[in-house]
Amino acid sequence: MIWNKEAECMSDHDREILQLKRLKEVVKNAYENVPYYRKRLDGMNIKPDDINTLKDIEKLPFTTKDDLRDSYPFEMFAVPRKEIVEVHTSSGTTGKPTVSGYTRGDIEIWSEVMARGLSMAGVTDDDIIQNTHGYGLFTGGFGVHYGAQKIGATVIPISTGQTKRQIEIMQDFGTTVVIFTPSYGLYLAEELEEEGINTKELNFKAIGFGAEMWTEEMRQKIEKRFNAPAYNIYGLTEIIGPGVGLECSEQDGLHIFEDHFYPEIIDSETLEILPEGEKGELVLTTLTREGTPLIRFRTKDITKLKRGECGCGRNLVKMDSITGRTDDMMKIRGVSVFPSQIEKALLRIDELEPHYQIIVTRPHLMDEVEVRVEASEDLFSDEIKELVGIKRKIENYIHSEIGLRVKVTLVEPKTLPRSEGKAVRVIDKREL
Amino acid sequence: MKIKQLSIFLENRKGRMKKALDVLENGGMNIRALSIADTSDFGILRLIVPEPDKTKKLLEDNSFIVKIGEVIAVRMPDKPGGLGVILGILDENNINLEYLYAFVEEKDEMAIVLLHPENIEAGIRALESDGAKVVSAEEIYGL
Ligand SMILES: [Zn+2]
Repeated sequence: MIWNKEAECMSDHDREILQLKRLKEVVKNAYENVPYYRKRLDGMNIKPDDINTLKDIEKLPFTTKDDLRDSYPFEMFAVPRKEIVEVHTSSGTTGKPTVSGYTRGDIEIWSEVMARGLSMAGVTDDDIIQNTHGYGLFTGGFGVHYGAQKIGATVIPISTGQTKRQIEIMQDFGTTVVIFTPSYGLYLAEELEEEGINTKELNFKAIGFGAEMWTEEMRQKIEKRFNAPAYNIYGLTEIIGPGVGLECSEQDGLHIFEDHFYPEIIDSETLEILPEGEKGELVLTTLTREGTPLIRFRTKDITKLKRGECGCGRNLVKMDSITGRTDDMMKIRGVSVFPSQIEKALLRIDELEPHYQIIVTRPHLMDEVEVRVEASEDLFSDEIKELVGIKRKIENYIHSEIGLRVKVTLVEPKTLPRSEGKAVRVIDKREL
Repeated sequence: MKIKQLSIFLENRKGRMKKALDVLENGGMNIRALSIADTSDFGILRLIVPEPDKTKKLLEDNSFIVKIGEVIAVRMPDKPGGLGVILGILDENNINLEYLYAFVEEKDEMAIVLLHPENIEAGIRALESDGAKVVSAEEIYGL
């Protein structure tokens, strides 16, 4: 079902008119109400009136996460603090967190875009949705919550963890839709299997996946284990949280809600805008946010955009699921490597559990990569030569994916750390 | 006669073999014979136990990967070159041996060799028809 036909099926022409009108408003709002933007624009000799076409966005400066950290906590607010009804922050694992402030209007936008996105996955007011995203400063929990409530579905706000309880509730309440991060989803699947529960009997209708990167191969594993289609959810706290883009029934990219978030793709080194279809860093401008409007925010997420009417009937641009982040890119012996490439290679082997860890070291002047993978009963053989053969096969798959030789180590099951939030896949022990 | 053998995946980390053996000891499981095959990265612990299915379950409950396979047990002739005689039989019958290990039964001071040829059935036929003493599972478990 299309939640908001007018917005989601709008012609390119009408959309551009709307976007330009909103872009002018957001620049004016930021310039007049956020000292940071006034200073930046004045410094570049740009006035809001200089924005006359969508292409004029290129005149505007980029906003980075560091800029937001420097404005900690409330300096990016474009409204008096008393108009902010909710705040969220990014995790702050690397320094001060960034703060996003929501007015009532912003919460309404958030509910609207998530309602559109969950509708893409087929969620209706008949559904019972088990939301395992954390409720708290992290935006995952609330974003899904607001969208599902807007649709009128029954929300189980269970949050992450308490896996036994999750499973009990799934069975007792008759959950039809589950929302999780890929790594928590895999953990849940293991626990279900351990308790001897057949997911076919649970009758899930859809799975919503967010907050972490995942590959197509990972989706297939999850779909098989939960016996339901899985849809990608994309968002980031600075922009609004989940709801920037979601996947439709075509499962071939995420529709970005361009009437609220204006996407660009840039080369993260030269900062040049890349032509449609080329891979680069996603940059987003909030067209309607009142609390913390952001201009050309650099997401550090790597993707590409494609236009054209989608099989689902929507006319919103689609982005590929995120294949890397400019900051998890590892430079190994001078070659750029993303953890997702290694995951892709691992998932080519059916018997393999998709639990892995990448350890990068520099014992002598050369970088070495060890990929630790959990062995499984299906993969184990009583013969050394077969196990060595499997190890080689994995090493070869990784080699063909990244162009470098790595060492694969098979480890015992359940020995790699499981996450109930975002998985830590890379341990870089080099002192760079 | 085929004897059930447990094969356990061990990651090459200190104390993993001890952990497996501790699990068996704490569970009150006996071990008749044991061998370990390892590479620099991982190892395979092979065990002959009187209660293979129960032992497998116990190890699995403790997160070990376990497979049950089969081996042949043969009583070693009590004379010099006894093992050579057995290997000679397999060789003459063109049967490839993947690995073997042996243990000594204390009560009768008797040596038993456990063999894992590529083709178990053919191995048993050859050994029996050429006069080797193939030992039954009951006999091994009862030792
Ligand atoms: Zn679509």
